[in-house]
Amino acid sequence: MSAASLPGRRSAQNLWSGVLFGVGLIAFIDEAVFHQLLHWHHFYDLSTPAMGLVSDGVFHAVSWFATIAGLFLLADLRRRDALNWQRWAGGVLLGAGVFQLYDGTVQHKVFGIHQIRYVEDVFVYDLVWNLVAVAMILAGAVLVYLTRSAAPVRVESSAR
Amino acid sequence: MDATHAHGGGVSLDALVLFVAVVAVACYLGGVAGSRRRGRDWPMPRTVCWCAGIAAGAAAAAGPLAAAAHDSFTAHMWAHLLGGMVAPLLMVLGAPVTLALRTLDVTPARRLSRLLRSAPARLLAHPITAAVLSAGGLWLIYLTPVFDAMRTQPLVHVLVHAHLVAAGYLFLAAVIGFDPRPHPPGRVLTAIVIVATMASHGILAKFLYANPPAGLEILDVRAGAQLMYYAGAWVEAITIVIFCAQWYRAAGVTSRASRPAGTRLERA
Repeated sequence: MSAASLPGRRSAQNLWSGVLFGVGLIAFIDEAVFHQLLHWHHFYDLSTPAMGLVSDGVFHAVSWFATIAGLFLLADLRRRDALNWQRWAGGVLLGAGVFQLYDGTVQHKVFGIHQIRYVEDVFVYDLVWNLVAVAMILAGAVLVYLTRSAAPVRVESSAR
Repeated sequence: MDATHAHGGGVSLDALVLFVAVVAVACYLGGVAGSRRRGRDWPMPRTVCWCAGIAAGAAAAAGPLAAAAHDSFTAHMWAHLLGGMVAPLLMVLGAPVTLALRTLDVTPARRLSRLLRSAPARLLAHPITAAVLSAGGLWLIYLTPVFDAMRTQPLVHVLVHAHLVAAGYLFLAAVIGFDPRPHPPGRVLTAIVIVATMASHGILAKFLYANPPAGLEILDVRAGAQLMYYAGAWVEAITIVIFCAQWYRAAGVTSRASRPAGTRLERA
């Protein structure tokens, strides 16, 4: 790693550690708050098609793996003294936002695994759900852009 | 209890399972004693894990839980979690092959190591093969008459659980094995296999929730399916933590080795 001594080193690992943890975190919140505490979501809607089951199962597995792997990548960054909290937080928001948007559009609407809440006007819930997702993606993208390593670091290193 | 007596042979099957379990524990303890005699201590946690793993596997295949599993899907699922997931994890943590290689005489130890390096053993111990045997076998059990047979015939119940313990052990030894592996699989491939297996388990749980096997109470099946989904995820999470910790440790060793001493970034 020739970039190991530069300030923006391991930029990609900072981003990916955050993205993985973000995906896991939002899946955990979904499971803990909406399934277990509020009981808004159902374990399974009997109308769920096979593709929905597969999608749900894969994301269930990916989110567990992502949470744990993301935290180990974070520990690795700290061990190497290469952690950039801002970039990591940007990754978390980006990962969480993308997962929530996928959950709110494809899993809830296209596959119909379950709805957010079993009320008459679920549209309001869908709207809030997906707007929150878009807001997280935008905030995450801004943080990731601000902490990009390319431009400023190159100027610094070529001046030496 | 009635179920075992009604079908006959239940009690002697229990005795057989108990016998196999006692032999497995006795062999391991004999190995530990042998290692001590040669002046090498064997970590106590490994011994505890092995004994607990064998106990979990035996409890799944025989005894009161196995008897209850003939009528209750929830009990069946507890047996499945204990035998197919908890027991193999604990047994892998016991590192029995390492113990065997350390304590056997030279000739049998060489034979064992040659056997483990042979082509069929390597194919069997490959993460993909092991995952197909373990996760794929599970689908077969529930989608074929095997499931009905294991509920009515104690012998089939024992055989299915022997398969679950063995296939589960093979799978975990392949992905997080603590025993020496002559040809360790790639980490990325292993990670994909772990995720795919976990996904398959979750999909099967929801499939059973939606398509309860005939002749069972629907609420009982739903409770069992959710148990499979959630409790299974926790055992899988432990597997993932171990897998990531192994990777983390290996990455630390290589980064320290490749960097000259003066440029280390470690903090005191």
